[in-house]
Amino acid sequence: MRKGITAAEAAALIPDGASLMIGGFVGVGSPERIIDALVARGARGLTVIANDTARPGIGIGKLVEAGCVARAIVSHIGTNPVTQQKMLAGEMAVELVPQGTLAERIRAGGAGLGGVLTPTGLGTLAAEGKPVIEVDGRPFLLERPLRAGFALLHAQEADHEFNLTYRLTATNFNPVMAMAADCVIAEAVEIVPVGVIPPDAVRTPGILVHHLLERAH
Amino acid sequence: MDTREMIARRVALELRDRSLVNLGIGLPTLVARFVPPGLRVAFQSENGIIGFGARPPEGMEDPNLTDAGGGFITADPGAASFDSAMSFALIRGGHLDMTVLGGLQVDEAGRLANWLVPGKLVPGMGGAMDLVTGARRVVVAMQHAARGESKIVRRLTLPPTSARRIDLVVTDLAVIEPRPEGLLLRERAPGVTVEAVLAATEATLIVPGEVPEMPLARPDRPLA
Repeated sequence: MRKGITAAEAAALIPDGASLMIGGFVGVGSPERIIDALVARGARGLTVIANDTARPGIGIGKLVEAGCVARAIVSHIGTNPVTQQKMLAGEMAVELVPQGTLAERIRAGGAGLGGVLTPTGLGTLAAEGKPVIEVDGRPFLLERPLRAGFALLHAQEADHEFNLTYRLTATNFNPVMAMAADCVIAEAVEIVPVGVIPPDAVRTPGILVHHLLERAH
Repeated sequence: MDTREMIARRVALELRDRSLVNLGIGLPTLVARFVPPGLRVAFQSENGIIGFGARPPEGMEDPNLTDAGGGFITADPGAASFDSAMSFALIRGGHLDMTVLGGLQVDEAGRLANWLVPGKLVPGMGGAMDLVTGARRVVVAMQHAARGESKIVRRLTLPPTSARRIDLVVTDLAVIEPRPEGLLLRERAPGVTVEAVLAATEATLIVPGEVPEMPLARPDRPLA
């Protein structure tokens, strides 16, 4: 049986200036306890790769408000006015990536691919500075893989070998991010004995997960 | 009837049986309330579900079940959920029959702008670029004008969402079909004359001999 760590221990593993992939879609499926611990530790200079920056007071929005984030690579910031203010004030850099491209760049980073070829973004600002490659007469943008130092995941169930399941739309970016970081830290709603999660139901094999948060006290 | 409902009821007539449809945030979401009887339409939400249902009663929400705007939803029998890579493989890979999106501008080439007003509004593209690139049909549902200015323009002044020509625009004044030769005025809103549509439109419209009044799906029913 593997041993869990506390949220404070998880936050202590993550140095200032680290790059983090954080699961979640407008806060749904985000690891709130790890995020709270990063805010409590006063983390600074983080690069956050995620779908969005949620809302003020929710998920990644808490990191933005606390001034932990120097740079965000996300598909939209429309739900978080604080991110927009900080970006316009020059306190935070925001790189916008089409959502499907973001998912595939992360997948490529975790799958050992040199990038992906996508038609999304051709003829738009998203194409600036990127090579266009023709395949069978059709043009595609070359989008580079994304990796991070850490992936912070929210799972539904974790067993004692750290096998993970996800629930409904709280799944979102969590499984692809689990593949694309040097250190994977998960928190789960439920921790269950090995065998409770059938092998077919495991979405992220535990061998990929470096640390699991103990249950909340 | 408010104009948002009217637009949604006209767009609902574009729905086809056994199709997979993605509705954008805001006005397009209303379309789900007007599915014509007898049609089985599977609605996708880009955050990872096919077959989502109406908002649950208060106190019965599942925190793990939301739409792309973060609002609580339910799941209909036969629903399926998946991760973001799969969700956008569906969108980009030609599996999505139709998307309905809001718009800031549509131009004479049929190009859509709906994600950025430089220096003012920076929401980001979210899934919009993938949706416009990958959906088999792209329908734009929006008001004809904003602050007195036509949103149907000669040439986009805002950054495009895609180079693709979209398939249909439904506004509070008209139904317009972008074609290779230009914007065809197909229908006018109830009580609106062709002259009124032309006067409210910056772009040049191709006006056929007859421009019928737009039909509307029947009024609100609870989502099945």
